[in-house]
Amino acid sequence: MRITQGAFSFLPDLTDAEIRAQVDYALSRGWACSVEHTDDAHPRNTYWDMWGLPMFELKDGAAVLFEVNACRKAFPNHYIKVNAFDSTRGVESMVLSFIVHRPADEPGFALVRQEAGGRNLRYTTRGYAADQPAGRRY
Amino acid sequence: MNRPLDSTAITDPKARYKAGVLKYKQMGYWRPEYEPKDTDVICVFRITPQEGVDAEEAAAAVAGESSTATWTVVWTDLLTAADSYRAKAYRVDPVPNTGPGTPTEQQYFAYVAYDLILFEEGSIANVTASLIGNVFSFKPLKAGRLEDIRIPVAYVKTFKGPPTGIIVERERLDKFGRPLLGATMKPKLGLSGKNYGRVIYEALTGGLDFTKDDENINSQPFMHWRDRFLFGMEAVNRAQANSGEIKGHYFNVTGATMEDMYERADFAKELGSNIVMIDLVIGWTAIQSMSNWCRKNDMILHMHRAGHGTYTRQKNHGVSFRVIAKWLRLAGVDHLHCGTAVGKLEGDPMTVQGFYNVCRDAVTRQDLQRGLFFDQDWADLRKVLPVASGGIHAGQMHQLLHLFGDDVVLQFGGGTIGHPMGVQAGATANRVALEAMVKARNEGRDLLAEGPDVLRAAAKWCKPLEAALETWKDVSFNYASTDTPDFVPTATAS
Repeated sequence: MRITQGAFSFLPDLTDAEIRAQVDYALSRGWACSVEHTDDAHPRNTYWDMWGLPMFELKDGAAVLFEVNACRKAFPNHYIKVNAFDSTRGVESMVLSFIVHRPADEPGFALVRQEAGGRNLRYTTRGYAADQPAGRRY
Repeated sequence: MNRPLDSTAITDPKARYKAGVLKYKQMGYWRPEYEPKDTDVICVFRITPQEGVDAEEAAAAVAGESSTATWTVVWTDLLTAADSYRAKAYRVDPVPNTGPGTPTEQQYFAYVAYDLILFEEGSIANVTASLIGNVFSFKPLKAGRLEDIRIPVAYVKTFKGPPTGIIVERERLDKFGRPLLGATMKPKLGLSGKNYGRVIYEALTGGLDFTKDDENINSQPFMHWRDRFLFGMEAVNRAQANSGEIKGHYFNVTGATMEDMYERADFAKELGSNIVMIDLVIGWTAIQSMSNWCRKNDMILHMHRAGHGTYTRQKNHGVSFRVIAKWLRLAGVDHLHCGTAVGKLEGDPMTVQGFYNVCRDAVTRQDLQRGLFFDQDWADLRKVLPVASGGIHAGQMHQLLHLFGDDVVLQFGGGTIGHPMGVQAGATANRVALEAMVKARNEGRDLLAEGPDVLRAAAKWCKPLEAALETWKDVSFNYASTDTPDFVPTATAS
């Protein structure tokens, strides 16, 4: 399967030049870029690990690409995404986020059902990879 | 009856409160010298006076009938600080392109100011009972329309607003930097719960973020609400596991009573749904109650504006949708259908953009071309996510993104479910078209000029998109809109 989180997961994987174009767009709007990675891409895993701090006041998008590639080298089998953050009052949140790297094999998720009264079901989404301890997934 | 001919405000108390009938202007409802206070509610009404009623008297009558006046003088006014309770019509402008020499009867924009004391804090029901209560049936007017409203910050702060808002909704869904995609399940009536869930499953698995009940899906013989919710949540959870993405289905909890709606909403919550839906026809009090419920239970509240066309569409009479949108932002909904401009339903593009601004701005600026008469400071009230739904398809993606930007739900119902290769393929076509278009825009490409090229390039590697573009290539809805701006830009000498 292919996890389709992020803004561009239905497109072919972005090349470095394409990633750079998105970063440049973010910087041109005054947004701060950051790089995050995880080996547990559960849909509700909000906090991926930060690859350094968000890059505030950055002028040159090359720095973001440099960090993406350093992160790829350190975690070739992790999911890696680039985020852009807008600190404008009333936004103060991410305004762009897209996956730039993914493991070669994505096992996906199982849906676990627990039967309850009145035909009710309680659902749990469980990542196949997450059965392994951190560092030994993928 | 004594009806003096003089029509300026009577200031001598004896003459003013003598039993009988006065003109509204004489009663003090026409106050051209009045300067609205920052704390006043200001309304602009489009009025068509009856023959022989002058514009200022008609405006004064609107002010009177929407505040303190009755048809005759009452001495009991003297027991109150009557002047502050009287709404004040302070300005009347002829509407451009109406009157002699045009196909339209003479109309006027009447500006009326209302003191803050006239309105109960945090109650849209109270606001509407005053502002659109008796006045629209008033005989001296042939027709009237509430065009726009300025709500003072002091009053805005008495409302809690959207329970979730655009920012928090995106954080809960973990979706940033692109419009969300949805679809209304079709056929809207007749599917069993099991078959209905099938359509949800296919559409969400194919790539949509949300699917939606239609406005008239409640609990009919072919599908009771509990069945719909149970099968629907199975579909949502399966699609979520298939994609690794958060998905949702707007369960319409509209019912006959508040008790029914609470029961349905509670069940949706128990099943793990992240969103519920209501119809505008449930009324302002019920809307605010459901908004409170959503706030308490961390649910997104989707508003389908069912019925609004009965009073928003015709320009001469009713209430503009921009006013309804403002009231709904105060009342507290998270999603609001605001029109598509390019689809099958009424909507001039500039006017529709005005509705979107009302939903999403921190401060809405006066913009007459978009029908916005006033600056409106929203005092940090959360933002409503507009929904574009009705007769749109993947081939229009560049226009939709250009018109509405990122903070919108684009809903392709027929444009998903009617796809020749199936529902999943329809959803995938829309998602690919959307992502390709957002990516191209961010890369600096001119969407209106190059959008069709961007779509064709993506269709080269995405069969479902190729089929969608081919199927709907000739579909457009080019009818003249009825609700159009009155002000068009004119060239000024520089």
